[in-house]
Amino acid sequence: MTVALLIDFGSTYTKLRAIDLERRGVLGSGQGPSTVTTDIAIGMQAALADLERRLGALPKFKYRLASSSAAGGLRMVTIGLVRELTAEAARQAALGAGAKLVGTFAHRLTAADLAKITSLAPDIVLLAGGTDGGNAEVILHNARALAQSALACPVVYAGNRAAADEAGTVLAAKTLILTENVMPEFNQLNIEPARAAIRRVFIERIVHAKGIDRAQAMLDHVLMPTPAAVMEGARLVADGCAGASGLGELLVVDPGGATTDVHSVASGAPATPGVIPRGLPEPRVKRSVEGDLGMRHNAATIVEVAGLEAIARDSGLTHARINALIERFTRDVEHLPAGDEEHRLDLALARAAVKVAVRRHCGSVETVYTVNGPATVQQGKDLSTVNTVIGTGGALVHGCDPRAVLEMALADAAEPLSLRPRTPRVLVDRDYLLYACGLLGAVEPEAALELALKHLIPAGEERSSERTVNT
Amino acid sequence: MKQKTIVTGVIGSDTHIVGNRILSMTLEKAGYKVVSLGALTPAPEFIKAAIETNADAILISSLYGQGELDCRGFRDLCIEAGLDDMLLYVGGNLIVGKHPWPRIEKIFLDLGFDRAAAPGTRVETVLEWLAHDFTVRKIKTEPPINADEHR
Repeated sequence: MTVALLIDFGSTYTKLRAIDLERRGVLGSGQGPSTVTTDIAIGMQAALADLERRLGALPKFKYRLASSSAAGGLRMVTIGLVRELTAEAARQAALGAGAKLVGTFAHRLTAADLAKITSLAPDIVLLAGGTDGGNAEVILHNARALAQSALACPVVYAGNRAAADEAGTVLAAKTLILTENVMPEFNQLNIEPARAAIRRVFIERIVHAKGIDRAQAMLDHVLMPTPAAVMEGARLVADGCAGASGLGELLVVDPGGATTDVHSVASGAPATPGVIPRGLPEPRVKRSVEGDLGMRHNAATIVEVAGLEAIARDSGLTHARINALIERFTRDVEHLPAGDEEHRLDLALARAAVKVAVRRHCGSVETVYTVNGPATVQQGKDLSTVNTVIGTGGALVHGCDPRAVLEMALADAAEPLSLRPRTPRVLVDRDYLLYACGLLGAVEPEAALELALKHLIPAGEERSSERTVNT
Repeated sequence: MKQKTIVTGVIGSDTHIVGNRILSMTLEKAGYKVVSLGALTPAPEFIKAAIETNADAILISSLYGQGELDCRGFRDLCIEAGLDDMLLYVGGNLIVGKHPWPRIEKIFLDLGFDRAAAPGTRVETVLEWLAHDFTVRKIKTEPPINADEHR
């Protein structure tokens, strides 16, 4: 038997999945606390002991790969020139690398901006600005500002190539990584090289800086931040690998305690002929993170965004009852719903979070009237023809009705301008395997793909009694 | 001398792209770096493109007769973004109805455009204008000062 161990160092738990590579099945799971603030190895040991208890004895692992969102995740600050152009491209690159964006800046950094960046204490700063041969002045101003600051973290330079050498000189005292411009030509997105550079910095430096490598005796590599592992899993399931095809274009929805993440793997080109795309093209593999839509930490803002009345209608609870329960959820972010009322509110929160998060992730169309008659203009990605929607994450998987939550990701007759999936099949990542498949895909893509496909269950067909086995 | 960068596009809700495309191709052939924004381009998009690409001139096309409305305040947008010295041309069928060209030209020069091209203006004429204006204009060495205030 060949077994792979996939590890997720989370902010609350250290989670393990042992995968039988020949059978393409889950051999067992283990869980321990997250102990990154003291010694991450303690939580890892506890999780391994848990796994051992369930399996009887620990097998020999061929691979031991980890992802991490512990110690605040990969905290990044991005800097660009124009908000909608290079600053947006930088943002997309950081999100795509699995980062937690703690600050985004545009144009010239002021003294106040620098103070803010320093106090945010990011793990990496991504510096962009100017097309190749375009504006060099602002990115050099910002490079000088960073050089003079107390900031000690690595700086990834992904801006105007023509200013790269000078920026290198200016930032000589910092750890500087030069990579390709996130926008080499006007309106041309090129985020893969920056994404790869961020990933490398994460593996080579951040893992050590955060003390995650203390557990290194128990694993081979910490490959990526956990959100990047989920994204890699999504990419694998969509595109397949050499010798096996995937499911095609898809959308992944992950309503979490603090944020709601949405990933899409789809070109996003207009599905209707004659529609004119506008604005910065968006990446085929796109991740968006909604910081105001979290089932616990940000439950109050979900209610704010969706409206108290809407939540009341959906949950059947009174305004006063909702407010009281939200207060409890926010106070105790580890709280699992108990009782009918809490379950109903949890469901309504998840539905609202998914609805808003997917609306923001997807593009929209609007009609402009020209002399030649009306024309349709599209902003963002058209995901209306995406054929699969996948739900993942604890809140959804352990919730009582994943189907009802994921339905909110679909097109809605009341919002005809939003380009959300129209008639996809809806699947649930019941065993929280997408991250594990993303990690495993780095070494055994075919096994990882088969494993993922085997464990994505049509929503509505999973039964709650079966769901409690693996946590 | 550094290659000059020129932003082109059709402003407003105007879909007439052919003339603008011919202009863009001619400019490219003449050795300019062209950032072509195409049809249906809102005014602020010209500005954003010009900032990122450090453009030296913006050439705006308008064929559908609404040019005056679309171009009103364009120079102010440039100034607001720190692009005070931007060379601005506009051309096409700029105003509906029959008006003598000098009157139309005056409207656009008053709006802050450096040149306005009447319908039927040949691309060669535009190339001559550019060569002349770039020579006359002091070579751009000063960067935009107020770019960071426009967030």
